[in-house]
Amino acid sequence: MSAITQTPAEKQSIKKFRLNSSLIRILRYTFTRILTLFITVVIGIYLTIVIANMGGYVDVIMKGEIRDRITQLILNNKAYQQMDVETRQALIQEKIAAEEKRVGLDVPIAIRNFRYLKNALLLDLGRAINITSDSGSKQVRLILLERLPPTLLLMGTSQLFLFFFSIFIALNLSRNYGSFWDKVMIALSPSSAVPPWFYGIFLILIFASGLKILPFGGMVDAPPPVNKIDYALSVLKHLLLPGLSLIISSFFLSVYNYRTFFLIYATEDYVDMARAKGLKANDIERKYILRPTLPNIITNFALLIIGLWTGALFTETVFLWPGLGRTLFQAIGQYDTPIIVGSTIIYAYLLAMTVFILNFVYALVDPRVKIGE
Amino acid sequence: MLNNFRSSFQKILMYPSAIAGVLVILFLVGVSVYTVITIPYSKAINMWRGGEEVWYQNPKFASPAWINYFSKQKYAESFAVSTTEAEIQTTTTSNDRGVSTIEMIYEFDYLADIYPQELILYFKSSFKEKQPFISIELITPDERTIRIANFALTGKDVTYRFSQDEKLRTKLRTKDLIPALFSLPETEQPLKGTYKLIITGSTFETDSTIDAEFVFHGQVFGWAGTDHARRDLMLPLLWGVPVALAFGLLAAIGTSVLTMIIAAVGTWYGGWVDELIQRITEINLVLPFFALLIMIGTFYSRSIVVILGATIILSIFTGGILGYRAVFLQVKQSMYIEAAKAYGASNMRIIFKYLIPRMIPLLIPGLVQSVPAFVFLEASLAVIGLGDPVLPTWGKIIQDASANGALYKGYYYWVLEPASLLIVTGLAFAILGFALDRIFNPKLREA
Repeated sequence: MSAITQTPAEKQSIKKFRLNSSLIRILRYTFTRILTLFITVVIGIYLTIVIANMGGYVDVIMKGEIRDRITQLILNNKAYQQMDVETRQALIQEKIAAEEKRVGLDVPIAIRNFRYLKNALLLDLGRAINITSDSGSKQVRLILLERLPPTLLLMGTSQLFLFFFSIFIALNLSRNYGSFWDKVMIALSPSSAVPPWFYGIFLILIFASGLKILPFGGMVDAPPPVNKIDYALSVLKHLLLPGLSLIISSFFLSVYNYRTFFLIYATEDYVDMARAKGLKANDIERKYILRPTLPNIITNFALLIIGLWTGALFTETVFLWPGLGRTLFQAIGQYDTPIIVGSTIIYAYLLAMTVFILNFVYALVDPRVKIGE
Repeated sequence: MLNNFRSSFQKILMYPSAIAGVLVILFLVGVSVYTVITIPYSKAINMWRGGEEVWYQNPKFASPAWINYFSKQKYAESFAVSTTEAEIQTTTTSNDRGVSTIEMIYEFDYLADIYPQELILYFKSSFKEKQPFISIELITPDERTIRIANFALTGKDVTYRFSQDEKLRTKLRTKDLIPALFSLPETEQPLKGTYKLIITGSTFETDSTIDAEFVFHGQVFGWAGTDHARRDLMLPLLWGVPVALAFGLLAAIGTSVLTMIIAAVGTWYGGWVDELIQRITEINLVLPFFALLIMIGTFYSRSIVVILGATIILSIFTGGILGYRAVFLQVKQSMYIEAAKAYGASNMRIIFKYLIPRMIPLLIPGLVQSVPAFVFLEASLAVIGLGDPVLPTWGKIIQDASANGALYKGYYYWVLEPASLLIVTGLAFAILGFALDRIFNPKLREA
């Protein structure tokens, strides 16, 4: 059928068909993508559960702990001291069995792994084994929620500062590349080979140990100030060093990467053309350099946001910051599987959702990208 | 290919920072070789895990001796001398009834402002029934003679600690014995000059002998100082070099080479192989890297070999594999691959002879740049207590230091020494990798 002989009705139906086909394409894509991402999450979580249970060895440790604790409890209880040895032994066995059942140790590990998996996927995070929240709860959900604000505060302030500040500086540098400051930034970028906690040690050494003007670690003074303003100031004082070490450790490399990235786009012909037309530097940056780099910047930003969830394990540990990263470290040290799995599942879901949403965002900001092709 | 490399390495000379990086790396390699030859593995482990019996000659928490060059107040330096090594002058006079007098004299200069931690004498004697007798005197630079102690050697090994002697404390009417010995009476100023320690031993049997060792625990020790267990920090600092280099390089090479081979195989065969690799990568992205490593360290094994293996496996299926895949997909379309297929080259031949060599320029800078991350990873794990249980490493020093409150108490050398070595090592590889990146990928240089 050639275009010349098309009737208006036929044109209409072709348009409709195209619309339908793209809708089907998007739906099919959405479905398969959700399915593959979900399977990915399931496998990832299952692996974490298996590793976090150490192939059953955690059970042995926990059983030993329960036996010790209950035996001690009963032997020390004056009310039971009149009993003869056999009845007391039977009582101990009975209590141990009850406690094992409460924790769930009476079911084989292979089955329990799948039960964990089901609960984890349904976001039923269960109860922690050893760790309690400051308010005294053993609910994993409550513990994680309690540790979330400190992590969000530390990671949020440092990462957002890093993100916006390095893009701003990188744009400036890409405008004057080859300048003195450009060279300084390039020369300093290998400094990011050093992890944040390491800068943390030096900062502690200078500001806490040497100059004695900032605290060694923690989040507020002990005892915490009653006045809200004093409290905020105290938190700010404690935030300074860990925040700074997170920023220093990534700043120069981040600026360098963005700068190189912007430069690749700044040398495109259409940018030269815009410059020749005499457009303002501001407009060129916004419309001709930032616009095409938008997908990458959005990706970075999205990864940054979900990165907030994991916290900074080592930095939080070095600075005794009561956030998620340090909680995860403590949980591993105390064989607290539910907390490890809980923290992983939330990260996995967030990552999967972000990856999924990003596919659509790319299509929105970049007309060259078509979903499902 | 060879010419390519030669010209690339000639270009390195244009980057002074890269030369500095190469020199530092070569120096570290030299130190590693020297360390492994002079302090063999088993000896290093024995010393590192050894207790008081290995390290009794050293003071605790001693700063390195070179801080005396920078400090206004001089710290007393440590030393240990003994009669068996003939550092202490010994003169023996005996009479015909089997009674001998052994006079042991040691002169030493004391020029410090900060008093030493402790003075100890270790006596080893042999006798059948009659216990030898010892008297100790100290002659100060102003010719005063302080009678330190008189006692019989009741056993084969007798230890005499100056600061613990209650009799001497009462005699000198002081609370702190060591400062009292090294200052003029009724002043707090240290008396500098040559001191003379005279130990007179009397034996009452013909075969009876006395050997003495004089241990002076100063405030500074050696090139690196000591830790809470009196261990010379030079040992872990030196042994940290080969461990850090080996861990960093093996992890970097293992990760990059395996990543590249897997990416090449995946792209070449395509289909389900490629699909599988992509899915594994996605799953691996969901897994928390540090948490998994810590779990492996806590639950299974803290051995450096296990951690190295786990690090490599977890690092293969990451963003890097997707980057290689993208480039391999382009290379796969090239004419010379078509030609290779046409003459009937096998799959393996194409992958290892044609695809992978094309990637070497991309591989090398990335490999060198990833070394610091692995070096610091080992240190990070050690700092949170998951270091190898037997090996002396830099991370272990930092962990010991922070566990003993080095930063609170002001033992800065304890943290700064391993930290600076880590930084120097990390930066050397980072700078070199950075320069290599610009040499092998000229697009970056123009930009």
